[in-house]
Amino acid sequence: MLLKTNSLRWAGLFLALLLLLVLMSFSIVYGYTDTTWKMAIDAFTQFDGSNEHIIIQSVRLPRALIAAAVGASLAIAGVLLQTLTKNPLAAPEIFGINAGAGFAVVIAVSLFSISNLQFFTWVSFLGAAVSFIFVYIIGSIGREGLTPMKLTLAGAAMSAMFASMTQGFLVINETALEQVLFWLAGSVSGRKLETLTAVLPYLAAGWIFSLLIAGKMNVLSMGEDVAKGLGLKTGMLKLGAGIIIVLLSGGAVAVAGPIGFLGIVIPHLTRAVVGIDHRWVIPFAGLLGGMLLLVADIAARYIIMPQEVPVGVMTAVIGTPFFVYIARRGFNQ
Amino acid sequence: MTAGQAIATKDLTLSYGDTIIINELNLEIPKGEITVFIGGNGCGKSTLLRSIARLLKPKSGGVLLEGEAIARLSTKDVARKMAILPQSPAAPEGLTVLQLVKQGRYPYQTWLKQWSTEDELKVRNALKATGMEGLKDRTVDSLSGGQRQRAWIAMTLAQDTDTILLDEPTTYLDMTHQIEILDLLFELNEKEQRTIVMVLHDLNLACRYAHNIVAIKDQKVFAQGKPEHVINCGLVKNVFGMDCEVTIDPLFGTPLCIPYGKGRCILKGQGL
Repeated sequence: MLLKTNSLRWAGLFLALLLLLVLMSFSIVYGYTDTTWKMAIDAFTQFDGSNEHIIIQSVRLPRALIAAAVGASLAIAGVLLQTLTKNPLAAPEIFGINAGAGFAVVIAVSLFSISNLQFFTWVSFLGAAVSFIFVYIIGSIGREGLTPMKLTLAGAAMSAMFASMTQGFLVINETALEQVLFWLAGSVSGRKLETLTAVLPYLAAGWIFSLLIAGKMNVLSMGEDVAKGLGLKTGMLKLGAGIIIVLLSGGAVAVAGPIGFLGIVIPHLTRAVVGIDHRWVIPFAGLLGGMLLLVADIAARYIIMPQEVPVGVMTAVIGTPFFVYIARRGFNQ
Repeated sequence: MTAGQAIATKDLTLSYGDTIIINELNLEIPKGEITVFIGGNGCGKSTLLRSIARLLKPKSGGVLLEGEAIARLSTKDVARKMAILPQSPAAPEGLTVLQLVKQGRYPYQTWLKQWSTEDELKVRNALKATGMEGLKDRTVDSLSGGQRQRAWIAMTLAQDTDTILLDEPTTYLDMTHQIEILDLLFELNEKEQRTIVMVLHDLNLACRYAHNIVAIKDQKVFAQGKPEHVINCGLVKNVFGMDCEVTIDPLFGTPLCIPYGKGRCILKGQGL
């Protein structure tokens, strides 16, 4: 644990917030189109309709805000999921949320010929929610109710099913493939600000409620029986946490497509910094998640310039070695 | 010293699916005493304890805590009257002893009242009673088995309940630490008159520490009472299916069960 006292943690939280803002301004200023800090400021204070100002306002700003919001949401969803499933490798993928969203988008494109990115938002949110509800119900069937093992298995099964069906549809329908492929790789670019504002209420609700249940998540993390013995309504809490997870990761996937690994990596990184108290882990994970996605997105612009690497690929490149590290550390204990 | 019942079950029936584990049980657990459930593997003693702790819903019937139906009380109200330490609980990696013990105050916290001086005091007392003050900043996973169990008991003490239930609190502990844990519980009962209900596997230790033994067999209570009144060869044969002699513990005078069986016999001229 890096930050051992609460005063250090408050300072860290403030610093992280500051860094997040700095990275957001980097994201606004640096990219393929040459812009300067002065242009960026002018674009908001004395907009002159120039190409640069338009790019800053309508391309770079939404992109920075989306990266921060999506990164924060995925990271917090990851924290809640890892506690809920007692599985250190859990992430929104495990609820079949990404696969469900992907499938819904492919269905929309191939059956209803919808190709509007704005509409993808709602379709994928719906797909994520439906998949989540299936996983939750399947995971709850049986005598003991919702258990981490059943939840994980149900999630893996639903993911596999939706992924296969998505591929099946894409093979049959090549037009859909072209339109959907970019979305399926995960990206925060090319989205309008409205895409974010459409789901922002859900994301914000997820952020606030995740902070409100943080203390209860601490109790739940001591195990189902102990938590019940302490008077925690575990069924209610698990349902609440599930709904928050679907708001956050469903909202994130709706805006940016499936972005993997962030939900696994950030919670671990955060616990290394602030320990295991959810009241600190959740806000820190949100800030660090936003920071990581901003960094990944800025790096994505420079690696194969003038082209861009999809940010979902970037997070995978960063995340995979980390995933292996966690898995190995887990086995060595 | 019996001052009424702490817990009573009323026509309590427990089942896993269609398999009945406990059938229409009416049991009374005296206040201020140590009660130990004994019985063979799979007889339902842990299931009964879990059900009393409301971790398991009864198929029918119910549990009364200090005269009130547990199902009617809010779960937090129950948690202020009765604590449960499940079998082999697992703390999340990195949790410190202090953090663990503080969770025992959860039943007293509300949205408005997060942490009070009384909480602080109860936590300090719990650490003191279990001798964990010096280890409070260590992580639970870094402790030895006996220390870890003391840390968990400290959490249930911080809960500040009149009744404490423990499911096999000495499992996986060596003999020294088994005695240490049971001594600790015995003292809590002696000094603070807390009602302690636990499942134990070791019949001889059960006889030594329990005021009241409940032997469970065939979905029912086979016998209940003071160990010196109920423990005999016949009971052990019936409940555990084992042949034994029951003699008197030379140190405590409580019943001591010595099983028959194979093994090296070195008594002169007495092959069993």
